Amino acid sequence: MWTWFYKLASPPYVYSLAGAFAPWFFGLAALTLGFGVIDGLGFAPPDYQQGDAFRIIYVHAPGAWMSTFIYTLMAVAGAIGLIWRIKMGHAVAAACAPIGASFTVLALVTGSLWGKPMWGTYWAWDPRLTSELILLFLYVGVLSLRPAFEDAARGDRAAALLAIVGVVNVPIIHYSVVWWNSLHQAATVAKFGKPSIDAAMLWPLLSMLLGCMLFFGAVLCVRLRGEVLNRERQASWVRQALQ
Amino acid sequence: MSVGPLEAFWLVMRRELTLSFRRPEQLLQPLVFFLIVTTLFPLGLNLQLSLLRDMSPGVLWVAALLSSLLSLDALFKSDADDGTLEQLALGGQGLALIVTAKTCAHWLVSGAALVLVAPLVAIALNIPTDAFATMMLSLAMGTLTLSWLGAVGAGLTVGLRRGNVLLSLIVLPLAMPLLIFGAAATDRAISQVSAEGALYFLAALCVFTCTLAPFAATAALRITLE
Repeated sequence: MWTWFYKLASPPYVYSLAGAFAPWFFGLAALTLGFGVIDGLGFAPPDYQQGDAFRIIYVHAPGAWMSTFIYTLMAVAGAIGLIWRIKMGHAVAAACAPIGASFTVLALVTGSLWGKPMWGTYWAWDPRLTSELILLFLYVGVLSLRPAFEDAARGDRAAALLAIVGVVNVPIIHYSVVWWNSLHQAATVAKFGKPSIDAAMLWPLLSMLLGCMLFFGAVLCVRLRGEVLNRERQASWVRQALQ
Repeated sequence: MSVGPLEAFWLVMRRELTLSFRRPEQLLQPLVFFLIVTTLFPLGLNLQLSLLRDMSPGVLWVAALLSSLLSLDALFKSDADDGTLEQLALGGQGLALIVTAKTCAHWLVSGAALVLVAPLVAIALNIPTDAFATMMLSLAMGTLTLSWLGAVGAGLTVGLRRGNVLLSLIVLPLAMPLLIFGAAATDRAISQVSAEGALYFLAALCVFTCTLAPFAATAALRITLE
């Protein structure tokens, strides 16, 4: 029953699996992102208060969700590597970090572009914004800690531990709009009961979220293949695979 | 001869304290840095007292965070370099206990000393004496939390040649909540409003960190010692 799981610890298997998944992820991501962009920018009705400016939500919200999701995934992968000494866990964590940092930057940049016309300022020192910025700093810490070690295995474990420590920030980001009086609006989709967003606006948003997930999956597969090749460069299967 | 855990704790702590008092310059330098940095702000603001009064909690806290960072690098460094740390880890007392003793000793010579110097800085920054109690309490909790966060960071970076910058990079983002609530508590005390909310938040952060960070710091050191 667990053989599929054990197989995931084997670098050649992960390498070929990621290679098989990547084109599917890319294709499906193109479809869902395409639908989301066309429907969200072209057909969703404008907001009664914000007009067309609200449409940046189709990039901003998925970007922000992905930033915390990828961080959590990175910490879990790191923990798997740390606890069970599975090298592929560290490879996944290493592949996740730059993608997650990019999504964090995307969320921060789109948010501040939207903030200028809506709040009158690019940046406010608001709990949601500050905790998201701290998330970016945590990504930077993890990204710079790993290569600082001469011994790669040690760098992996150190980065994993730092990622796990930083996970305390994830619930703070999520609940920051609930716990504090925030300039940032409260959750409109991810809450109990009916989402307080019209279905015509919601569908492209969900499509964009799914698209970002699939896009992340695709990029993760590509990066993971690179990580695996680099880590296993002494192994004979790499030579065979690259021939 | 076997030594109980409590005795081992005191022995390590006494060793740490003795070592730091043998090198008083290491103990004093962060404190002097704290004084100098806080002096820079009034001068940079052209001695505008009204501006200074508004900014003083932030200035005080930022200076406290930065000066505490200075001494964190040395927390495990010399013991890791000469192999003492490995011997302590092999000593059968449990590394977590050793780490706790070292971090507590570090807080006593850095954080607690900083709390005692803080009123001097507060007077220079024009903070009213009524706010001193809240300010010192918040600084005490803040520096203790920071010592523990720093123990995790120092454990992760102790094996690195240029670990100092990286240590700041790792610890400062984690310390930002401390700065927010610590400065808020001090600020509220200055404007004579109840600072309880911020102090409770700070206490919660302190308890949370003091319970979990010992395990994280121990795990970090094990990665380095392996």
